[in-house]
Parts: sequence; C-alpha cells; structure tokens
Amino acid sequence: MANPELLAMILAGGKGSRLGVLTKNIAKPAVPFGGEYRLIDFPLSNCSNSGIDTVGVLTQYKPLVLNSYIGNGRSWDLDLNRGGVTVLPPYVKETGGSWYRGTADAIYQNIEFIDINDPEYVLILSGDHIYKMDYSLMLDYHKEKNAEATIGVLEVPLEDANRFGIMNTDNSQRIFEFQEKPENPKNNLASMGIYIFKWETLKKYLLKDAENDDSDGDFGKDIIPAMINNDLQIYAYKFTDYWKDVGTIKSYWRAHMDLLGDSPELNLHDRNWIIYSVNPNKPPQYIAETAEVDHSLINKGTQVLGKIKNSVLFFGVLVERDVIIENSVILPNSRIGKGSHIKNSIIGRNVTVEANSKIGADNQTEELKITVVGDEETVKKNSSIKSGTVVGK
Amino acid sequence: MMMTPVYSKSGPYMSNVMGIINNALNETFLEKLTNHRSLASVPYGSRYRLIDFPLSNMVNSGITNVGILLESKYRSLMDHIGFGKAWDLDRKRNGLFILPPAHIYQNNRAYKGDLQNFSSNIDYIKRSTQEYVIITSPNIVCNIDYRDAFQYHIENENDITIIYKEMDVFRRDTSYTVINTDDNDRIIDMKVNPDKNFYKKISLQRYIIKKDLLLEIIDNCISKGEWDFVKNAIIGNIKNLKVYGYPFHSYASVINSINGYYKSNLELLKPDVWQELFLKNGSIFTKPKDEAPSEYKESSIARNILAANGCIIEGEVRNSILFRGVKIHPDSFIKNSIIMQKSEIGPGAKLENVILDKGVTITADKELKGDTNYPVILEKNSIV
Repeated sequence: MANPELLAMILAGGKGSRLGVLTKNIAKPAVPFGGEYRLIDFPLSNCSNSGIDTVGVLTQYKPLVLNSYIGNGRSWDLDLNRGGVTVLPPYVKETGGSWYRGTADAIYQNIEFIDINDPEYVLILSGDHIYKMDYSLMLDYHKEKNAEATIGVLEVPLEDANRFGIMNTDNSQRIFEFQEKPENPKNNLASMGIYIFKWETLKKYLLKDAENDDSDGDFGKDIIPAMINNDLQIYAYKFTDYWKDVGTIKSYWRAHMDLLGDSPELNLHDRNWIIYSVNPNKPPQYIAETAEVDHSLINKGTQVLGKIKNSVLFFGVLVERDVIIENSVILPNSRIGKGSHIKNSIIGRNVTVEANSKIGADNQTEELKITVVGDEETVKKNSSIKSGTVVGK
Repeated sequence: MMMTPVYSKSGPYMSNVMGIINNALNETFLEKLTNHRSLASVPYGSRYRLIDFPLSNMVNSGITNVGILLESKYRSLMDHIGFGKAWDLDRKRNGLFILPPAHIYQNNRAYKGDLQNFSSNIDYIKRSTQEYVIITSPNIVCNIDYRDAFQYHIENENDITIIYKEMDVFRRDTSYTVINTDDNDRIIDMKVNPDKNFYKKISLQRYIIKKDLLLEIIDNCISKGEWDFVKNAIIGNIKNLKVYGYPFHSYASVINSINGYYKSNLELLKPDVWQELFLKNGSIFTKPKDEAPSEYKESSIARNILAANGCIIEGEVRNSILFRGVKIHPDSFIKNSIIMQKSEIGPGAKLENVILDKGVTITADKELKGDTNYPVILEKNSIV
C-alpha cells in the first residue's frame, strides 16, 4: 500500500497497426526511438522526473519485450519498496476474464490495483507519445481548479482539428463540450490522451460505464462525455512544448528528422530532465578514417566506415565502407554492407543489408516515400528495393 | 541415520573462485590525472574507468564475489562502482565488497605496503566461501576470460598461476614486471619494474592461488616484516612453490606512465584492438549515465575517433577519444587528443596531443600543443 497522492496508469497495450512491420513482434510502446530509447521511456521518465513513485503499466498486445524491458523499473528509479512500477496484463477474475476493450475498460479491470495503492488522484497516460512534461504542474493546476478531471490539450491548426478529439472550452478553460473528430471543429484544442481524475470520481464513472453494454469502455468516447453531461468540473490543461504521436510510418520517420535540427524542439541533452532507458552496455562509437558524418545522431557500439547524412543510427549498427545513408533511421544491431545506398528509409532491428544494395534510393521526385525493412530481414546482395516498399510481413 | 546434505559444491568451478582487485598501488605517475582519484577510477577509452576491465572480466568469467582493496582518494571510485549494480554484483549472496584501509586508524600510521591492505581485510578473505582467489590490478587493460587459466591452474596442480603476455615491442617510458619461464612455463625469475627489460614476457598482474595458501603466505610475509604483495608474497615464493605462467594472446596494455596511458587510449582507434578489447570475451560494463546519442552537426568533421554518447560535435576532430557529453564548437580543430567527460572546446580553438580531464573549458581561439610522447595535461575543471 503506497498511498501516493498521484498514481499513474500508462496504457501500453496498443498494437499500433499503422506502424506495420515495426510492431510485428512488439507492442507500440516498445518501438525504438531516437537512437537510444523506446517510446515507453518518455512517459516512464516523465513520471520519474515528476516525482510520481507509483506507476501501473497496462500491457496486452505482444507484451513479452515490453514486460522484460520494464522489469522492476530500475532504469527509471522506479524499483521502490513502496510503490514502484507494476506491469498489469489482463487477468482472470471470479467472473471470468476478458481482454481490455478500451482505454477506460483497461483501468476498470485494474480498479483493485488502484484501490490497494489508495491514491487521491489518478493520472492516465499513453505509452506511445514523445514529449517531456512535468505532471506535477498539471496536478497543481487540477487542484487549483478544484477539478474532477483535467485533460491535457494541445493547440493544433484548425484545419487539422478534425483528426483529433477536440475540447470546447469557456474562458476559464472549463470544458463544456467534447467532440471526437468533428467535421466542423469549433475549437483547436486537441486531447493528448493525458488525464488527471479524482480517483473517487473516476471509479464511480468506471463502475457505471461497465454496466453499459453499448459502451466501448473508452475515455474519449464514453467516460469524458458522460462526465460533461453530468456537468462535472472538467478543465483543459494546455501543453505548449514538443509532443508527437508517432502513429504512422511517416510520422515516425519525421519525428526522427525533427531530432536533427540545429536546435531540435525535443532536447534530449537536458540533464535536468533525463529520458532514461534500459542502457544496453556497448563500447563507444567508432567513426573511421573513411567515414563522413553529417547532421546525424549516432549511438554507442556503432561503427561507421561509410557516409551518413541526416540520419539516426541506433546502437550496435555497423556501416561498412562506401555506404551512403541519407535521411534514414537505422534501428539497433543492423549491418549495412559495403557499397549500399539507403535513402529515406527505416531499417528495422537486426537487419542484414548485404553489399551493394539500393534501398529507397531510386526516388528522384519531390514526393516523399518512406521505405521500410522489417526486423530480422536480410536484403540480398545487389538487390534494389524501390522507394515506398515495405519489406517483411 | 540421516546423511549430512552437501550445500556447497567444491572443486574447479568458477563459482568456487573469488576475486580481489588490488587498488593499493602507486599512482603518482599519472600526475594530474590522479590528483583527485585513485588509479582504478582514471577515465579510459571514451566511457570507462580502468577498474571496469578487471571487474567485468571477473564477472564475465563467472566470479560473483569480488573485493576491492582501497588505499587512498577513493571517493570517485566508490561513486563509480556504487553497490556494483552495473556488474550484477549487488547480490544477497556474495557480490561486491569495498575493502577500506582500516590500518590508517592504527597508532603507527606509516604505510608499509599493500600486504597491509590484505591484512586489514583478512576477515573478508577468510569468511568468503570460495576456495580459490584471483588477484588483479587495475593498471593493466585487457579483456580476459579466466576460465581457461583456472582450468590450467587446477590440472597442472600449480600453487600460483601468473597470467603473462609475450611482448614484441616494449613501450617507451613504461616499466614492466617481467618474468622468465622454463620450457614448461614454470616461472624461474621475476623482476618488478627493472630499468632494463630483461625478459620478453610481462606479468599481467593476474594471479590465481588457493585461498588457504594465500592466507598462509600473507601471514608468513607479515610475520617477517615483508609488506609487498608482488615482491614478497609472489617473487619470494618462486623457488619453493609451483609458480607457473599462463600465456595471454590478445590485446593488453600496461598503464604505467602518462605516455603509456595516452598511447593506450589512442590504440583503441585500431579496429582490431577495439574488437579484442570490447567484443572478445564478453562486454566491459560501466556505470550507465543515460546520455542521448551523440550529435554530429552540419559543420562537423570527424575522422578516426571514438566517442561516447551525449557529445555535440560541430568542429573538426581527428584521431581522438571523446568521453561523454563533450561539446566541440564550430571551427575548432582537435587532433591526437583525449577529451574527458563534459569538457567544452570553444570556437576556433586548436588542440593537438592534449589530454583534458573532466569538465575542462577551452575558450575561443586558444591553441594548445603537446608532444606525441608527452601530451599536455589539463587538470579537472580548469579553464583555459
């Protein structure tokens, strides 16, 4: 019984099917990011840095890698006697068991876990967003407003607002209407999928929602609208820093390119807000005499003998001589054979690209086509993979 | 009648071997680099400290009980190893033991030699359940798996096994502990840091010995007023014990002078050395720091370098070793240098044959040049 003021629940069961081959064997929160991290490192590090010491991680789809990655939470200083991190897969209860139907249903099925810890407030997070945020400031805001619920929101361009859940607010930031992907949005405040609730209130709504067979068990579709209907005090909390949902191959690629700017919006060097990860132990990176590295991020254990431009190389990558890699992301432990040319591509984990291969290098047009090679694939010698192709099932 | 169950397996298993890292060594030869730290915690190879090598080698060989003998300036070492978590040595059974110099609290404070450190911690050695000990020093960098040497120690029924390396070339300015063996690898002579290198074989300061014999030798030496581990406990017993050598054929480097330290770091830029030291016989573990990957900006030129994470490179770097979080501003030029953690090189600065300790700041347009055999060293946190 940790009895924390604020307990965090991270929803990490999603498949992220739009990421295709990148989530073939792993849940979306376990997808590697930024040369060093996995997506789940962002919410976990944010929790740790915000002083939250009790965290539940809800897993469902392909949880093995994620479960062992999180382990006892040591990497995020969450291996604690009181609280710490607990991985919560669906389990069988007296009345039988079922998968998590939706975001709210996942929390409903773990009411017992939250009750055992007995927090005053509950923070709901997604396991697959990239951002740095101090949740303790959001809690201060929540308390100051004496809100029943506070929803993290971002300002998005009005023309894009129809892709998001949009909050309509009054001058005091109180939410009076919620529209899921509205055709004619009245506002541009999009939900980030980050919620703080008074636990007592949320529990009541979760129990009620579970009785409703028509409900999807979803925060955006069911719980929040029900709370608004009952005229509860719900406030929007504006977040103005960098935030990305890397839901698609293109946005995943673009988020990596974002890191390469001269002063990237997401500063990963900030020692006051470290993004922690399970540090694989690797030797230093080696940049050979024959190498040229320009505008790129390179991680430990990586050996570069060829040319790298505008790219992110994860750990344990080998780039042989006469290779050209541009505008690409190379995931851990892949080997790029001599003379190969890779452009606008994402190369999965443990991929072998044999000598003189061309991947996505044929596209001379302005149109951006991302080429993807899935985990563990081998690209045979001299092969030519057309831009926009996805290799692997 | 009930049989007494056997709870601990004795015999030639690595679980029956404990490790001792002898950090009670003279370290003054590294000058400014050891002003604030002991030899074992001197930064090395972009992201390591010297102790990472002997410590990781022991763990990778299956040893789970390691004691570290300390003599002085060990704050940074203790900060680095903590409870041994990075080496999986934070355990309920066995694990990592810090062995402080208890003798400094005794009335007669004059330091006599490293056997005093052994003797101060004799209870730890006695109480350990393992029957064998491997004793190592942090001033020799190599990646070695002790299993074969230990097997040889058992099969050949040696009293003491010393791991050695046969050298083709000796490094200038560096002294060695040299040994001479007969055709069967029995050690017939051994000299510590002689002016002239009489023999081609050097001791890698890795000794395998039965624990009971070690305790007996220590007692014997001290009762005669002998306090030096290598000179008295080992060399003193060459004639009356079975002391054999075991050859090691991979990369090994003796850190025994500034030049040796400097050259040894730069040797890591040779791909075969990198492979042998970092990838053969298991990984070298170190304290993790959670740094972002290193950034190579548009203006950067990097050729033949080793870099740790967290660096931001905007200038030109050649044949150099960069530690974590180093910042290199545009239009600067760095060659044949070792730049330690969190140092910053200002725009337009030029460095050649230089060692910068941690947190050094080189302001804009400064030029520093050392000799290829005697690099300029800048002390921790200095500003130039």
